Amino acid sequence: MTARTFALRAWRRPPWAPPASGGPYWSALLLRAIALGYVGLFVVLPLVALCGRAFAPGPAAVWASLCRPEALFSLWLTVRLAAIMIVINIVMGTLTAWVLVRHTFPGRGLVNALIDLPFAIPTIVTGLMLVVLYGPQGAIGTFLSARGIEIIYAKPGIVLALLFVTLPFVVRAVQPVLMDLDPDMEEAAATLGASRWTVFRRVLLPSLLPAILTGAALSFSRALGEFGSVIMVAGNIPLRTQTAPVYIYGEIESDNPAGALAVSVALLAGSLAVLVALHLLQRLGRRRDG
Amino acid sequence: MAEPPVSRPGRRDGAWSRRILIGIVLAWVAVLVLFPLLALVRGAWREGLGAALAALREPTARQAFALTFWITLAAVVVNTIGGVLLALVLVRQRFFGKLLLEGIVDLPFSVSPVVAGFMFLVLFGPHGWLGRWFEAGGIRIVYAVPGMALATIFVTLPFVAREVVPVFRECGLEQEEAARTLGANGWQAFWRVTLPSVRWGLAYGVTLTVARALGEFGAVLVVSGSIIGRTQTATLHIHQEYTDFHYAGAFAASLALACVSFVLLAAMELAQKRARDSRA
Repeated sequence: MTARTFALRAWRRPPWAPPASGGPYWSALLLRAIALGYVGLFVVLPLVALCGRAFAPGPAAVWASLCRPEALFSLWLTVRLAAIMIVINIVMGTLTAWVLVRHTFPGRGLVNALIDLPFAIPTIVTGLMLVVLYGPQGAIGTFLSARGIEIIYAKPGIVLALLFVTLPFVVRAVQPVLMDLDPDMEEAAATLGASRWTVFRRVLLPSLLPAILTGAALSFSRALGEFGSVIMVAGNIPLRTQTAPVYIYGEIESDNPAGALAVSVALLAGSLAVLVALHLLQRLGRRRDG
Repeated sequence: MAEPPVSRPGRRDGAWSRRILIGIVLAWVAVLVLFPLLALVRGAWREGLGAALAALREPTARQAFALTFWITLAAVVVNTIGGVLLALVLVRQRFFGKLLLEGIVDLPFSVSPVVAGFMFLVLFGPHGWLGRWFEAGGIRIVYAVPGMALATIFVTLPFVAREVVPVFRECGLEQEEAARTLGANGWQAFWRVTLPSVRWGLAYGVTLTVARALGEFGAVLVVSGSIIGRTQTATLHIHQEYTDFHYAGAFAASLALACVSFVLLAAMELAQKRARDSRA
């Protein structure tokens, strides 16, 4: 036995090393089992339990509880308000990222830090803040309601809450892409006589689009499930301001698990579809680049 | 506060269009974030500093903040250990179903908090698959603290794993192998080389976990039954005070949580900056 092979023998692989060609070691298998157990216990099992319980009485019963007018309305309202939020968020998020990357101005550091605040602040505090400012007794709310505009306990308030909690997504997705973008391309286009709008549409937008769509999909998925801020600003009026998560909560509280289960499964399916679409989009983008 | 670098000051933009764009963004952030924040501070101020402090010293408030602390601690411990192990497995092992596992790890982000809490209510409720066993053993999970901790662990599960995976992927195996050829055993290489190389990514993931665990409302509300003084966290306490028209208490507790959020935000910026610097 040469010294070299001896050294290789003595060098036992750590458990997190990639498996050697001879097959995985027991320690690597153990590590894998712990990781799978961790995800299985905390994520998969509860999800399976929910779906199993939902479909236990049969698909017809699920369909029946889903077709109650309050349930259908809450789902439709959630999708509609999330869609409005997305349009505003795409425009304002891209603009904010643009201004933060390309311009210097007083307060730029503060704006940049405030963008991340929604990640750090509890959603119930967000809701309370919005009610205090825009509510019937709020500083801006009294001014607006004197002119017949209701924000809190109405749909605009929900959109406002959704915009707050999803503020970072589009900005933080677009910002790094914009940072890496070479301004020479834009300048070349401008020298060739393109107007500023044409430069934006033909040069900037194509490179920013994947990032914008990623941010939009994450915002949408988050908005479908948002609860804490919405329950504060929505006022929980059935068939007017009751979003799907608020409806689910109401059904659990009034001891009607069938209704809650059906809408929960629909909501899960919706946000899962958004994520799968995002994943496919990203793979498509990578394939086109590569 | 870290100023992000400017890629190129807008040379071509006219002074006016530039000013208008900046004005729009400033107004947007002010209307959406800054003014509501100031309104909360003003609201707490109007109730008076003494009233705010007194509200925070109420036994229900103190119990709520203590419970939030313990639940956050549980989520951080479980998800830090689990998240690092999971990241190691995802980066360094190859096996059937790995892609699916990667997808499942991200799942809690797209589940509504209410649905997350409801899942644990179904699983551990008196008629649930696991709830039946625990009930027979006399252990309460739902409408009690263990269920709230489980729901919080669920909603914060992806943070650490997601932040650590790219760092593990980048730092590769060379340093660890160098340490091992120099005579370190597996554990020494892990503790002295592998873990320190991901520390800022890990710190960022833990900060996000803390922020989300402190602020979790929907999941905890559903699974806890919100029993005053027993299963109320700080966020549930705020909701209770608000619905009971105790605005001083709601404002004071909200402001206290918001202050913690600011500290966390600063920690996030720092960790992110350090993670970027150590990678560059």
